[in-house]
Amino acid sequence: MSQTAVARTDTGESLKELAHRHGLSSAGALPSLMAYTKQIWAYRHFITSYANARVSSSLGTTHLGMFWQVLTPLFNAAVYYVIFGVILNTKSGVGNFIAYLCTGVFIYGFTSAVVSAGVQSITSNLGLIRALHFPRASLPISIVLVEVRNLMASMLVLIAIVLITGEPITLEWLLMVPALLLQTIFNAGLAMFGARVGSKLIDVKNLIPFIMRIWMYGSAVLYPVQRFTDHLQGWKLHLVLANPLLVYIELMRHALMENVKLAGSPRLLWTEAVAWAAVVGIIGYIFFWRGEKGYGRG
Amino acid sequence: MAEERVPTIIAHNAHVVYRIVGATTPGSGSPLASFKRLVTGTKSAAIREVHAVKGVSFIAYRGEAIGLIGSNGSGKSTLLRAIAGLIPVERGGAIYAAGQPSLLGVNAALMNDLSGERNVVLGCLAMGMTPAEVKAKTKDIIDFSGINERGDFSSLPMRTYSSGMGARLRFSIAAAKKHDVLLIDEALATGDAKFRRRSEQRVRDLREEAGTVFLVSHSEQSIRDTCERTIWLESGVIRADGPTEDVMQEYEAYMRK
Repeated sequence: MSQTAVARTDTGESLKELAHRHGLSSAGALPSLMAYTKQIWAYRHFITSYANARVSSSLGTTHLGMFWQVLTPLFNAAVYYVIFGVILNTKSGVGNFIAYLCTGVFIYGFTSAVVSAGVQSITSNLGLIRALHFPRASLPISIVLVEVRNLMASMLVLIAIVLITGEPITLEWLLMVPALLLQTIFNAGLAMFGARVGSKLIDVKNLIPFIMRIWMYGSAVLYPVQRFTDHLQGWKLHLVLANPLLVYIELMRHALMENVKLAGSPRLLWTEAVAWAAVVGIIGYIFFWRGEKGYGRG
Repeated sequence: MAEERVPTIIAHNAHVVYRIVGATTPGSGSPLASFKRLVTGTKSAAIREVHAVKGVSFIAYRGEAIGLIGSNGSGKSTLLRAIAGLIPVERGGAIYAAGQPSLLGVNAALMNDLSGERNVVLGCLAMGMTPAEVKAKTKDIIDFSGINERGDFSSLPMRTYSSGMGARLRFSIAAAKKHDVLLIDEALATGDAKFRRRSEQRVRDLREEAGTVFLVSHSEQSIRDTCERTIWLESGVIRADGPTEDVMQEYEAYMRK
């Protein structure tokens, strides 16, 4: 065994020294954070075409194909409109409740979809990971791109709903862009964090539906945010109002709607949005990178 | 002489353990049994660890083609994946490599709902090619695979391909790139006689360009044709390592028993 191999060198130096002398690198060595970022940049074309491939392979087997990207948010909005707008009539103090509700549903849906797909991005692609060599962060990042594409379709539907329900087009609509950008960074961090956790603790994926549901109720998606400010005090209120998803939803409502009571001043909301994106984005990325070499183990 | 040869792969006491989730044993399937395991703190029966490679050491040099033989489940494919850096090696051992070894296996997962042509593009990008290179090579790859010999199959989804066609396309994609170290897993055993001749020629070409080739195969003929050195792996341990003819004779004697 090892004797035959060592005998070949004739010099008696250890295999490690021999490898070092010839400039061989260990297959399990973690690249530096800088080098890793460069690798991901070099693989950007793979990431985008993998995201496109995922969309077309999931919708390609249906008759309507890409049209579902627009149909899905439309149906989503219709369901919530029928239940909360017509049957329950939960308007309670919000002028344009349909636009208010749909903004919440779509912005929440963006993060929710990224989290549930992100947690499985390593485990469901083990075949690819064990066959090809590419920076593994490509997988959670491409999931974020898939959902950004779906979000674009949702935003078109949302803008139509907002206009139909009588909101004017204002300069503040431009704030949609930075708000979505910050949420995308936040989501990418979550996806990468979840991907590594999900690859080690496979059972986490069964908890995600419950986590996302409690997060939805805590983000004032289905009812006005005043329910929180009216009924909660002290640390509980602070906790609820610091919720990143609530912040991103409120920013979008602020951008699209005229007379809407926000959870806090726009300045506070923007500060929180930037802070959440930076903290979760960086922590998620570093956490994922630390595990880079172990994802093939399963 | 040893001083002149340049090593490209050095494996030093490499152990590979991988986890399998979802392996159930009888009697462990009920909620009560799962709860009992949780309370008593015994390891979940649903997660099994497989010690596939047990302390392997060897040196591979530039210009060598090395055959890897052994009975089913002896750890050949796992060793190749560890060399490629796709499965981590346990602490205490290491595998050193020149450049980035690429694994060329029939198991390379591509997307079945997409057309053959889009899979070519995706596979090439995943190997790190630029879009311009991909564009230039797509036609060559499809021609080499020969999937268009009976009509325009490259625009059909891969799930409509026969298993042979799929394997040929995967081989063609992986063989399109120049590799420092090329690891081939059973790829030559697929396809018809005509494709096999073509792919063996391609492996010889790649071998001239590339430093080192590893070939895992159950076909003794293709190992004898392509490799001058052979490593025989059995239950994760190297049983023999030397010139192909010697190792093959030992192996055949062992398999006849």
